[in-house]
Amino acid sequence: MDVELRDVHKTFGAVHANVGINLHVPAGTIQGILGENGAGKSTLMKVLSGFIRANQGQILLDNRPVIIHSPADAIRHGIGMLHQDPLDFPPMRLIDNFVLGHEGGLFPNRTTAARDFTLLASQFGFSLDPDAYVDALTVGERQQLEILRLLWLGARALIFDEPTTGISAAQKEKLFSALRLLAEQGKTVLFVSHKLEDVEGLCHRVAVLRQGHLVGETKHPYTTEKLVEMMFGKAISVGERNPCAGCEPTLSLHNFSAEDYRLKVRDVSLEVCSGEVIGLAGMEGSGQGLFLRSVCGLVRAVDGRISLHGKNLTGRSYHAFKRAGTAFLPAARLEEGLAAGLDLTEHFVLAEKPSGFFVNWEESRQLAQSRIAAFNIRGTPVSTVESLSGGNQQRALLALLRVPLNLLLLEHPTRGLDIESAIDIWSKLKERCKQGTSILFISSDLEEILQYSDRVLVFFSGKVTPPLEAAALTTEALGQLIGGKGWEDFALGKGA
Amino acid sequence: METNTVIIGLAGVLAAAAPVLFAVIGETITERAGIINLSMNGTILLSAMGGFAVANETGSLLLGFLAGMAIGTLVALLIAFSSITLHVSQVAVGFVLTLLCRDLSYFLGAPYMNIPGPRLPSSLLLNLGPGETSPVVEWLVRLPVVGPLLFRQDLMTFLSILVIFSAWVWIFRTRPGLMLQGIGERPAAAFVRGANVNLMRYVYTAIGGAIIGLAGPTYSLSIKAGWMGTISGLDGIGWIALSITIFGGWNPLRAAFGAYLFALLQWLGLVLQPSLPNIPSQVLQVAPFPLMILTLLLVNISNTEWVERMMAAMPERLRRLIAKLLRALRASPPASLGVPFESE
Repeated sequence: MDVELRDVHKTFGAVHANVGINLHVPAGTIQGILGENGAGKSTLMKVLSGFIRANQGQILLDNRPVIIHSPADAIRHGIGMLHQDPLDFPPMRLIDNFVLGHEGGLFPNRTTAARDFTLLASQFGFSLDPDAYVDALTVGERQQLEILRLLWLGARALIFDEPTTGISAAQKEKLFSALRLLAEQGKTVLFVSHKLEDVEGLCHRVAVLRQGHLVGETKHPYTTEKLVEMMFGKAISVGERNPCAGCEPTLSLHNFSAEDYRLKVRDVSLEVCSGEVIGLAGMEGSGQGLFLRSVCGLVRAVDGRISLHGKNLTGRSYHAFKRAGTAFLPAARLEEGLAAGLDLTEHFVLAEKPSGFFVNWEESRQLAQSRIAAFNIRGTPVSTVESLSGGNQQRALLALLRVPLNLLLLEHPTRGLDIESAIDIWSKLKERCKQGTSILFISSDLEEILQYSDRVLVFFSGKVTPPLEAAALTTEALGQLIGGKGWEDFALGKGA
Repeated sequence: METNTVIIGLAGVLAAAAPVLFAVIGETITERAGIINLSMNGTILLSAMGGFAVANETGSLLLGFLAGMAIGTLVALLIAFSSITLHVSQVAVGFVLTLLCRDLSYFLGAPYMNIPGPRLPSSLLLNLGPGETSPVVEWLVRLPVVGPLLFRQDLMTFLSILVIFSAWVWIFRTRPGLMLQGIGERPAAAFVRGANVNLMRYVYTAIGGAIIGLAGPTYSLSIKAGWMGTISGLDGIGWIALSITIFGGWNPLRAAFGAYLFALLQWLGLVLQPSLPNIPSQVLQVAPFPLMILTLLLVNISNTEWVERMMAAMPERLRRLIAKLLRALRASPPASLGVPFESE
């Protein structure tokens, strides 16, 4: 089906989510819709699928203008949408899910429906048992069910909202071949994503949205740099290293050891220069989390000495570390880092040094406002933290840190964030480094470790390498160490 | 015990379960749509009183039962309005309404206390109309076992059985029933499939309320004919019905099984009491409750980790069989029970 959007505008209060969008997708095309979080992709797709009405603009299907009142109306026009979290009924059987919403007589005929279902499924090579329960399926299989259901309802244009999130590589392949088959059958596929590699590998054409505007369209083949530039309005530069030689150490560890009920991290000796970034690599649960928590006093070290700026903090509590200028940002942002239910202003009030018994809300709101602007948080002083996206939660956590810091400890600082947020977070972190803050961070993303660290510690079931120069490391070498290979070269257990 | 006594006793169980069934099926339908009608205990009392009063004033049994349904519908609509439209907590409103309706029934029912009133004929088939009973009816009623068990029952007992099956067919076999399941489970997904979620919630809450409203008059115009205020013995039935709804896993057939089991256990308590003098009478009266809790635990046992671990150690075929069995037994509430819905 030929789908055309003409001059679509949509505003939410003061936010102009879609600004005059014109998009034409001919039948049989896989159209990528690319953009970072909050660029307006979802809004545009919701307009097309009938969830929301545009303030202005036209939708033309096969060159006929239509007005879409609701999602059910959209499917009558032949437009179906697959949501990121498939909108199905987990405790019910596949066949009931399949039939539900299909119009017809009082008593649906499950036998013929099951026949249609199996027929459709075999067309795409999906193996789904119509009598199974949906809650026993993986996300990928639930997507397959939704595709079949929408096709059975007569969808001729299908919208996929971030469909590759949370499915396995094999399922992704299956999905992509299904989408290609759909396109061959003359159906229109709109593929919404912020993942460049997915879009590059699948889509015939790409439209890029940025801040509500359609900033460009391009056809296969693509250059990654071009797409990134269109998405973010600028080419992204990799942060430079600060090779630190002979400066005064911020953090020094001497034969430092920590343990919990299943892991021992033994005899780490390390001197961290001010402004240096140390990456902690390793499979999850290899001891790096334990190590990081013991460096800020959350877990008491069992042996060795730790000092910050020459001040001995061995055996002291987290609060002593905090007073000495250490901050720790956990991976579970909302659960451990922020207080869900409180808004940003309240967070800033809690984070600042208390002055007086009563809270000066006017002042606090101004403070919140200025920090929100400075840290580029998409939110207002009265937004609750759980309403923010992951990237904005991480920015809020950074904004909450006190200004002079000696040591910043981070767990998975960019996990689950899109590229731009990740880059933004790191530019903020690097700014701190310039002011003399040392950073220790855990990441399971090897690229991130190599890109931003000055030196790297690799953890493998409690064993720690001596600090390795990041510039001399490759992804392969790092991957081998993480997997437990090539450790013979180090005198194990002894740090540098 | 004599066979005849047992059959008559079981027939009594079927009849005694009728009002509980109305309440349970009404609540099941309501909760399937995602609304909790916690006012049931008060609704039953108020509809019992109201039904009796109307039947007494008008002399019409039909109007009495209709009055009960009207009261049930009205209370249910109050809950629907406060929760769907005003987004007030269903639990809070339900509790307040249950107390209000109960006290209202005692207050308004004072003039009708302990006076004789109309009563439903004890057998539907034998009282079908004036004149001779037809030979078919004669033959049915005289059948051994099923005659006294089924064919001498009154109208409401028949109706209660009809309600069970029609509710089951509606929920699990029809298209709108499928959508009803969807609305309670995931209203957003039901909306995408074309349902007017909030309107449907209003409708099903009202229908459920009307059925619940039949429970009261079934007591006051049949099983415990008359209105006796605080000593009616009806206070508490609503809570029992609520627990049977959960026991029944929001499935009319299972809920009916629960209601019958409950009535049976209560009857057993009464009959066995003389032959078991060593056991205090209270024990037998209360026995149904722990028994139901035990069954509830058994039914949901597949959710526990140790069962999963045990099953993992079993041979494949046995494991599949047991998994299937447990799956069929398992019941989880509609996922959006008590959660208001708003399309964007």
